[in-house]
Amino acid sequence: MSRPPSHLKPPVAAFELRLYVAGQTSKSLTALTNLRHLCENHLAGQYSIEVIDLLKTPQLAAGDQILAVPTLVRRLPEPIKKIIGDLSSEERFLVGLDVQPAKPLKPAGE
Amino acid sequence: MKRKKYTAPEDVTLPKTPTGIEGLDEITGGGLPTGRPTLICGGAGCGKTLLAMEFLMRGAMLYDEPGVYMMFEESAAELAANVRSLGFKVEALVARKKIVLDHVHIERNEFEETGEYNLDGLFIRLGHAIDSIGAKRVVLDTLEALFSGLPNHSVLRAELRRLFRWLKDRGVTAIVTGERGEAGLTRYGLEEYVADCVIVLDHRVEGQISTRRLRVLKYRGTTHGMNEYPFIITANGISVMPITSLRLDHPAGVQRVSTGVPRLDEMLGGKGVFRGSSVLVSGSPGTGKSSLAAKFVETACRRGERALLFAYEESATQIMRNMRSIGIDLETWVKKGLLEIHASRPTLQGLEQHLVMMHDMVCAFRPAVVAVDPISNLTLEDTEAAVKPTLMRLIDFLKQKQVTAVFTSLTSGSGAASSPEDSQVGVSSLMDVWLLMRNNEFNGERNRTLYVLKARGMHHSNQVREFVLTAAGIDLLDVCVLDDRVLTGSARATQEAHLAAAAELRGQGHQHRQRQLASKRKAVDAKIAAMRAEVDAEEEEMNLAIKQELMQENTMRQNATSMAASRGELGNKHNLSQGKP
Repeated sequence: MSRPPSHLKPPVAAFELRLYVAGQTSKSLTALTNLRHLCENHLAGQYSIEVIDLLKTPQLAAGDQILAVPTLVRRLPEPIKKIIGDLSSEERFLVGLDVQPAKPLKPAGE
Repeated sequence: MKRKKYTAPEDVTLPKTPTGIEGLDEITGGGLPTGRPTLICGGAGCGKTLLAMEFLMRGAMLYDEPGVYMMFEESAAELAANVRSLGFKVEALVARKKIVLDHVHIERNEFEETGEYNLDGLFIRLGHAIDSIGAKRVVLDTLEALFSGLPNHSVLRAELRRLFRWLKDRGVTAIVTGERGEAGLTRYGLEEYVADCVIVLDHRVEGQISTRRLRVLKYRGTTHGMNEYPFIITANGISVMPITSLRLDHPAGVQRVSTGVPRLDEMLGGKGVFRGSSVLVSGSPGTGKSSLAAKFVETACRRGERALLFAYEESATQIMRNMRSIGIDLETWVKKGLLEIHASRPTLQGLEQHLVMMHDMVCAFRPAVVAVDPISNLTLEDTEAAVKPTLMRLIDFLKQKQVTAVFTSLTSGSGAASSPEDSQVGVSSLMDVWLLMRNNEFNGERNRTLYVLKARGMHHSNQVREFVLTAAGIDLLDVCVLDDRVLTGSARATQEAHLAAAAELRGQGHQHRQRQLASKRKAVDAKIAAMRAEVDAEEEEMNLAIKQELMQENTMRQNATSMAASRGELGNKHNLSQGKP
């Protein structure tokens, strides 16, 4: 389910994000929806998202030390940061990715 | 690594996967439960990782069962380096796709939790690793790292339950390690999930000597050894010594082996000791116990048998030098490979570990004769109660292997007041032959004596013999008994000389009397000769007289005849005829 970055503006995205999921479960779909929403809100124009389905490419799990799914990995900027869970908390998402909120926080996702 | 495959008993109700670790398979009756997880728990440094690794390595090498090692604490390189020091070459097996090492790294501060998640990532990783080599064995070392890595323990516990279920469904035989906890077996209660087999490792220090021990706490659906078994980590991995004395069914041969001292053999029914029996040589310091043991070993080598000498007092070279002084050449046999001298300090490790080590060496070297010099040193640190069962295991084991064993034992207190019979550590009842050596102090010198206290199943001498060490070797001499006292050494020599002198004196007396008789006989003979000569002379005289008388008679008759003739022919004729004699 690896797909090209959907919102690529600059040649190199400032935030290179990778979302690891295991199949098209409701949890992974929720996570992806939440991720898109949060990125649009806070990182518009400076991010890229790569979704990796471990059921299809299990060998990739070792590379980023994935245990839990869904896991969001911030590959850039360094250092690597990880957020596990379905990204239902906007605050923890911002803390986890070390992102300054663009606008006042509001409840995100479901 | 030379280990034979363990053959499981015929009655196997539960399928078992042999670990290949000698001893452990015997305790568990064939190995770990196939297709189920086993928990190995214990404190830090008790050998969990090594046991798990050996399980995988031996599985891959001996049983052609590939394995996955998933580690949560060490990295693959670290692990490989650690076990390489113990003789395992993991990289080679990794290259041959027999083993997969997977390091799961969890850093608490790299994580941020946002909402729901599960551990499918771990499942997928593990599943992928298993599928990539067709693994039959899995090690998770140690899952507890997850508890410190993942903040949400309720999710984690649910996922662990799912993980063990999943492992069972995959049909892999798994080992899960866990750190010993304060309250339970493991810090995070892993035993709650792994209900089939639990093995506890322990590492205790008693009297400044640490001993590793292993115990099968639980093994669902099968019998298993319940005791704590000592184990050691050697250059060949883990070695567990199971208790062997559950049975007492070793074969008893009738073959006899020489002790190397002909006179001693003579004391033992003329043929020496039974093969496979145990001989205890006890005595006070300096009575020649080690020398006797060395002689025994050397004699075995002379017969072309292998011998193993465990020395706990002297180094190998020291023994060889010292024994050379009494004509026992051990060096030759060491060079020929028939003799192995293993010298170590008794305090190096606990008694149990010493026994495990002996067990391993005997299995590897397969000697016909083993000497332990001395066992009393091994028991320094342990209480007497602990010594007997452990020594019993060693003796039983040696008997099972039909190894003739000589144990020397130092009796404390060389004075005559303490009875040597009492000073043994209770092992004498395990021994078949007990030789007691003593120092006799008398007449300004000490001399060694030896006697046979007991010898099962053979006639043996009740005599005390003097034990003599010379440059030519060991010999036993008869002692002299004088006025209820046993004489040895120069006292014996003096007494012997004294007796010899007395005997000579008596001999001279006899000769003298014989000579006297002979001269008397001569005198008598002379007398007889004289008397006979006298008689002869008388006879001669008598004969002469008779002759003279006859002649006179004749003369008279002639005279008469001539007279008659002169008187008248006729009348005289008649008278003459009548008168003729």
